[in-house]
Amino acid sequence: MLNYDIVVIGGGPAGMAAALKARECGVESILILERAESLGGILEQCIHTGFGLQYFGEELSGPEYADRFIKQVNEQKIEYKVDTMALQITDDNIVYAVNKTDGLLEIQAKAIILAMGCRERPRGALNIAGTRASGIMSAGTAQKYVNIDGYMPGKKVVILGSGDIGLIMARRMTLEGAKVECVCELMPYSSGLTRNIVQCLDDFNIPLYLSTTVVDIHGKDRVTGVTIASVDENRRPIPGTERYIECDTLLLSVGLIPENELTRAVGIDLDRVTSGAVVDEYRETNHKGVFACGNVLHVHDLVDFVTLESQTAGEGAARYVQGKKKDSDFITTKGVGAVRYIVPQKINLDNEGDVKLFFRVGNTFKNATVKVTCGDEVLISKKRPRLAPGEMENVIIKNSMLKSFAKDSVIEITVEA
Amino acid sequence: MNFDVAIVGAGVVGNLIARELSRYDIKIAILEKCNDMAMGTSKANSAIVHAGFDAKPGTLKAKLNVSGTSLMPDLCKTLHVPFKPVGSLVVAFSEEEKETLNELLDRGVKNGVPGLEIYDRAKLKEVEPNISDSAVAALWAPTAGIVCPYELTIAAAENAVINGAEFIRNFEVKSIKQENGLFTVSNGEREITSKYIINAAGVFCDEIAKLIGDDSIHTTPRKGEYMLCDKSIGNLANHTIFQCPSKMGKGILVTPTVDGNLLIGPSALDIEDKTDVTTTASTLASILETAKKSVPVLTTREVITSFAGLRAHCDRDDFIIEKSTKNPNFINVAGIESPGLSSAPAIALYVRDMIIPEMGAAEKPGFRPDRDEPVRFRHMSNEERKAIIAKNPAYGRIICRCETITEGEILDAIHAPAGARDVDGVKRRTRAGMGRCQGGFCGSKVVELLARELGVEINQITKFGGDSKILYERTK
Repeated sequence: MLNYDIVVIGGGPAGMAAALKARECGVESILILERAESLGGILEQCIHTGFGLQYFGEELSGPEYADRFIKQVNEQKIEYKVDTMALQITDDNIVYAVNKTDGLLEIQAKAIILAMGCRERPRGALNIAGTRASGIMSAGTAQKYVNIDGYMPGKKVVILGSGDIGLIMARRMTLEGAKVECVCELMPYSSGLTRNIVQCLDDFNIPLYLSTTVVDIHGKDRVTGVTIASVDENRRPIPGTERYIECDTLLLSVGLIPENELTRAVGIDLDRVTSGAVVDEYRETNHKGVFACGNVLHVHDLVDFVTLESQTAGEGAARYVQGKKKDSDFITTKGVGAVRYIVPQKINLDNEGDVKLFFRVGNTFKNATVKVTCGDEVLISKKRPRLAPGEMENVIIKNSMLKSFAKDSVIEITVEA
Repeated sequence: MNFDVAIVGAGVVGNLIARELSRYDIKIAILEKCNDMAMGTSKANSAIVHAGFDAKPGTLKAKLNVSGTSLMPDLCKTLHVPFKPVGSLVVAFSEEEKETLNELLDRGVKNGVPGLEIYDRAKLKEVEPNISDSAVAALWAPTAGIVCPYELTIAAAENAVINGAEFIRNFEVKSIKQENGLFTVSNGEREITSKYIINAAGVFCDEIAKLIGDDSIHTTPRKGEYMLCDKSIGNLANHTIFQCPSKMGKGILVTPTVDGNLLIGPSALDIEDKTDVTTTASTLASILETAKKSVPVLTTREVITSFAGLRAHCDRDDFIIEKSTKNPNFINVAGIESPGLSSAPAIALYVRDMIIPEMGAAEKPGFRPDRDEPVRFRHMSNEERKAIIAKNPAYGRIICRCETITEGEILDAIHAPAGARDVDGVKRRTRAGMGRCQGGFCGSKVVELLARELGVEINQITKFGGDSKILYERTK
């Protein structure tokens, strides 16, 4: 049995930022477990730029962004094991993991930071009808084939879903000589960043069809085409709008799901909306000493925000290990109406600082008012020129406000159009 | 290449026949048109071992179902194939349907099905808590079970190959010549000869029979669509839950699978195209609606994939297992629709008895009834895991995260007798890619491993043979 103060599961941007922050807070004994061959996570295949604008104030590629953290992990001599898969967490915070050289590892941790990231929703989750030919894959899988393996997964491409990976891959496949016929988006708006729509679609004359989905996939061995159709306001295909598009590849960018198998197996409470753990402001779950951050907690728009959140979790885990994180009463947070979720879901009443609440809306709004209330009291009311599901929002609960709440109070966030 | 027996079709029926015949001192070939076995009906069905009360008494279906089902547990144990004796329930939702239960019970008793019992509503609710409140009674069949159909098919072939049979893939039988008591079978490029042919070609049985001028078989592909749900709701059903049967089949069932998922389906639609395994949005929607009649809490939220399979429906309404009138050395094993999987072990014995005595073949010494137990890392204790990684470090590298499948298991699948040659072949042998991400992460790693082990460039690897390649040329 190995012993560490903090075991971080996942060596992507979340895990590395959390580990570095914990070290900065004075924790010596830290181990990062990474299932891929190297640290860096999914950033390693994101060779486009656009990372780091918020955190570093410069525009970096995915590998460059990751590299800054990998360097620090090495400088700080934080231990890590790559090609190592965590299999299980026990009730008393033992982590079982496996790799080729150590075999089965049994690691007793004082605190655990979950940073496993997320995965893409597969075709099956959408129940798209048609054949099961070759040539249907997630945009991220295609990205790996192109950017890491150096092979083209298709030549004539339709992309379903206008999430950022889909948009990025539209450009990437085009640059590599493929013809991207169109990007179809089920919703009446894109969930991708505006800059990606401009730089990845508009600049290459790739059409984006909103309120459109793929209703049938054709081809016995390899995909030969797809049928797309417009959808009504209930997202149901409208008969008569079907259109056949010849293609050999269908890329799916239809959402990301936090990878919480370990979390679920040990019985940690999950939020049905985020599919991540229910956490407090330090990102501690209801399982004592287990923290979660990054895309395993909720899917972020930018890696910069993952980094910031993970630093919070790293600090929390350090405080826990050092005995500074005391049990206290909680107040809870609740998204109402168009506010789909809030992270954190609860706040320790004895918190000494301000607490930032992150939330996401389910519709687009222009000139809307964001209201934060507790009971009848309006704590914050502010105008926002634009709110969109693709962009996470935040409000700050000042410590002075926090001090005024009774135990078990509920802070609600609403949006008024 | 000269054989004594050539079996056309590497489905569960063909492969179990091959295994049974491989006990004898004869040369056996399994001819398969695809790049792998279990590529037709055997890979896409309800995975149910039926108790045997559905078929009309006196039919081959009735006889072979009951005896096949009784053979199944031991066969699966010997071949290390997952089988669970979960039992089945046929649920009645009205007094009229309750009558049907009594008819099924009577029929079952006549067919020799043991242990049948009618459950009242209270007992049904007790054993199946998620059953609809509108269910009034059920027929309980304790001998029914669930099995992994493609794993049984693969295990049977592996075992036959261990015992000397030859598995010939990508061999689509295009012509059969008959000369001097010998068949010459060609795929247009290569030929083999054989003294006997066993036509186990599933939905293509009629076409194979026609190659020797036998027009007696009429196969209609009857398509069944299914939805497979995540393991997180695998416990919504404890048993296989049927609704009362109709003319087209046993209706929509809700069942756990041996791997812990939940399976819903099948629809039943007679079609023309014997290769059409497309799913349709309207059918999937109606399957869910009908399944909700049994288990109301079902939603599409947990669906991880949907698929369709074709049953080889024949107009004679019974299995056709007989010598062709055109040539007694040509055995048709046709119309093997449900309960074909359940009956397959008994069909193998039945076919053996049709030809082995007249061939005068002797049992050969050293026949091995089993195969090496495949390593299933996900089911191992931590002690077993330590030991196996110490023996072979490849078992320490997880390739498929969702199902916890190791590199070692994938290498085993590729190097097994008649091993995997494509991504779907690896998937069926190991479960890599069958989890909730459906190969999103591990797909490219499986491609890499296949290319490395088979010694080809990665863009030569296919999803399931033919033109199903995954990658084109190198990037710029």
